[in-house]
Amino acid sequence: MRRELIKGNEAIVKAAILGGCRAFYGYPITPASEIAEAAALYMPQAGGVFLQAESEVAAINMIYGAASAGVRSMTASSGPGVSLMQEGFSYLAGSELPCVVADIMRGGPGLGNIAPEQGDYHQVVKCGGHGNYRTLVLAPDSVQEMCDLTLLAFDLADTYRNPVVVLADGYIGQMMEPVAFPDAAVMPSAPAWAVTGTAETRRNLVTSIYLEPDVLEAHVRKLEAKYRRAEQDAVRFESRETQDADIVLVGYGIVGRVLKEVVEAARAEGMRVGLLRPISLYPFPTEEIRRLARHAQAFAVVEMSTGQMLDDVRLALEGRRPIEFYSRVGGNVPATDAVLGFVRDALLKHVRAPEVIHA
Amino acid sequence: MPEFAVLHEKPHSFYSLYERKGELQHQTHYCPGCGHGIVHKLVARAIDELGIQNRAILVSPVGCSVFAYYYFDVGNVQVAHGRAPAVATGVKRAHPESIVISYQGDGDLAAIGSAEILHAANRGENITVFFVNNAIYGMTGGQMAPTTLVGQKSTTSPFGRNVWNEGSPIKVCELLNALDAPVYLERVALGSNKQIMAAARAVRRALEVQMRGQGFSLIEVLSPCPTIWKKDPVEAQHWVAEELVKTFPLGVVRDRTKDAPVRPASAAPPALDKIPGILGLEQDDPGPTVGGPAAREPVELAVKVAGFGGQGVLLLGEVLAEAGLASGLQVSWLPSYGPEMRSGTSNCHVRIATRPIASPLVLRPNVLLAMNEPSLRKFLPTVEPHGLVIYNGAACPADCLRPDVTLIAAPFAQLADGLGGARAANIAMLGALLEAAPVPFESQVPNVLRKLVRSPKWLEIDLAALARGRQAARQEVAS
Repeated sequence: MRRELIKGNEAIVKAAILGGCRAFYGYPITPASEIAEAAALYMPQAGGVFLQAESEVAAINMIYGAASAGVRSMTASSGPGVSLMQEGFSYLAGSELPCVVADIMRGGPGLGNIAPEQGDYHQVVKCGGHGNYRTLVLAPDSVQEMCDLTLLAFDLADTYRNPVVVLADGYIGQMMEPVAFPDAAVMPSAPAWAVTGTAETRRNLVTSIYLEPDVLEAHVRKLEAKYRRAEQDAVRFESRETQDADIVLVGYGIVGRVLKEVVEAARAEGMRVGLLRPISLYPFPTEEIRRLARHAQAFAVVEMSTGQMLDDVRLALEGRRPIEFYSRVGGNVPATDAVLGFVRDALLKHVRAPEVIHA
Repeated sequence: MPEFAVLHEKPHSFYSLYERKGELQHQTHYCPGCGHGIVHKLVARAIDELGIQNRAILVSPVGCSVFAYYYFDVGNVQVAHGRAPAVATGVKRAHPESIVISYQGDGDLAAIGSAEILHAANRGENITVFFVNNAIYGMTGGQMAPTTLVGQKSTTSPFGRNVWNEGSPIKVCELLNALDAPVYLERVALGSNKQIMAAARAVRRALEVQMRGQGFSLIEVLSPCPTIWKKDPVEAQHWVAEELVKTFPLGVVRDRTKDAPVRPASAAPPALDKIPGILGLEQDDPGPTVGGPAAREPVELAVKVAGFGGQGVLLLGEVLAEAGLASGLQVSWLPSYGPEMRSGTSNCHVRIATRPIASPLVLRPNVLLAMNEPSLRKFLPTVEPHGLVIYNGAACPADCLRPDVTLIAAPFAQLADGLGGARAANIAMLGALLEAAPVPFESQVPNVLRKLVRSPKWLEIDLAALARGRQAARQEVAS
């Protein structure tokens, strides 16, 4: 194990290279630029390709080319740039090409600002491109997870032949924490379906066009089955103190870290509060939320958006339990004290506390 | 004598039956008289003649030639509208030995994909582009193209292309000729057999440029579209030869095949066991010291460092975090970032603790290092009771006092200036912190400075500032 104090954005690149990624195409944007900068520094030394593209549109299509050619490849951006990549996500998913994209979220809409926000959930998790496709989405809450989930993302991308997004925010990207990196993985050989300019792969075709409705339907059903399989096999979450929780907090990314502090403080005050932190945002831990709903009396979602992941919690609960929502946007991060107050109110509102009733 | 013999047989690089096509697998999907069939055959024949069928990768665009992969018995990648040069870049750079062909129409290349072609050409990507220009959008039913002639009617220029509304036709070869990198640019036409023969030569030359590793080549082919032009195939061919060429003159626009250098081959990739070293991860970490400082009293430092950009706020935080880590403690460092780093205020949050760190945010610090007065005013009220505040100033302003915290004020910038650099004020304040709040990682600080401060001169100043800061804190506490 090799540990170093490192920025989230740099950890992504080192993990990617250790995981066999040898192509990075990207366009700079705050707060994701360190990813391109680290890739520019390390990728050529590792025998890979780094290229600063003319736009995010070009970058994601260069990734399409590298992925078609069977190379583990990645790009990185933030909200506005990820919007420009949506066309590419749809084609990559349609052509069943693996790749990894890091989205280091900033404030929006429009230019917004460069402070951390979680406003890309809809465009990334619900997919802003056209057609029936999904991207698998992993949400790190620490720099160690920036490393671990990037490595996992490459494996998932290959397993499902689909783009995988590492969805972080400006703080997770910019902050430094110690990371234990693994050894370099054995370089994966190009998959059998890749187009590599050899006699063996001459009959291979990468495409997303299927003119005949029946043929396209069969293709879309195949993708759909793949996503159903991911929903069974690729759900990841962290659960803290949920066993006896009256209220389960739900939050991801940097909010997950704040909520860990909130849970500690709440428990210290005697409130039975737990945390469910989705690590995979798609597939979403729907079944776990339903399982927790058997004993938890209410759920409280905290997000740095006006309520995007909230929709998925609602869909998971299907009205089984009430949901409270706390939100900060614009680059503001929920403060522990404020969330603690919100949790106290939620408890009073939703949880029957016998000792209070008899008092 | 003609330079080329005309072969009326299918090139090897075409499939013998177009199985991917579904029905009518013996014929193409192109209209009678369409130029794509001719360009396809010229490309396939050149692939045969050059012996590159196994190495060739065809990138099919969006447009009438979206199904080029029905026909070419080579590696095939079908892509989004206009993006073929970007995809070709990704493919070629993954496999420099392959021969990558980007096949595009006028809307694909000169309108929606204008950025991708311009930059691929400007990078001198070692790819070959065949650009079929028929001055109209064929597949979508006859809308205006960026190359539609002035006055030419289309479904979206029903009164004829008007330069005041739609501008003039884009001359792609001439446009790309403004760039340094392209090696070979030629415009050919399919208006007559003679023109087709010239086109065949150009197609082959362009592929040879790539095979030699010289870089970017593009052949623009003026091509008939009888269906949309509402002409019979012969009339359409005449219109190419007589009308299109007036706007798009034929000929070699750029030829640097004689003097363009061959792109250097990329170096062999390093062995896998070299990768961690390349990434700066070569040293095995001994892990937290058992029975070391971490095993002593619990530590729970929540530090806010704040000041102006350029004062070394972030570095000060980083030294603290690195020293904590070196002592086997849990650490986190979270900066303000972006424009704030270049001007205005800057701050960072550092946590050093025995326990795992829940949130890296420090909203209620127990240590505040305020490098200027605005930062003191802003963050002093947030400091936890019994906390420590170190302020870079001779004295705290009278209205900035809190009896429930320990306040240490000293002109750290001046002290550091006396040692050779006011920029070491941050490290002087770190010295004061180590003096005022003895922490279990203080012995690591000089080592960390040696690691993070590359300049020997500044390292010397910083080490002196560290000692001077401690001294100042001792005096301050004593007084």
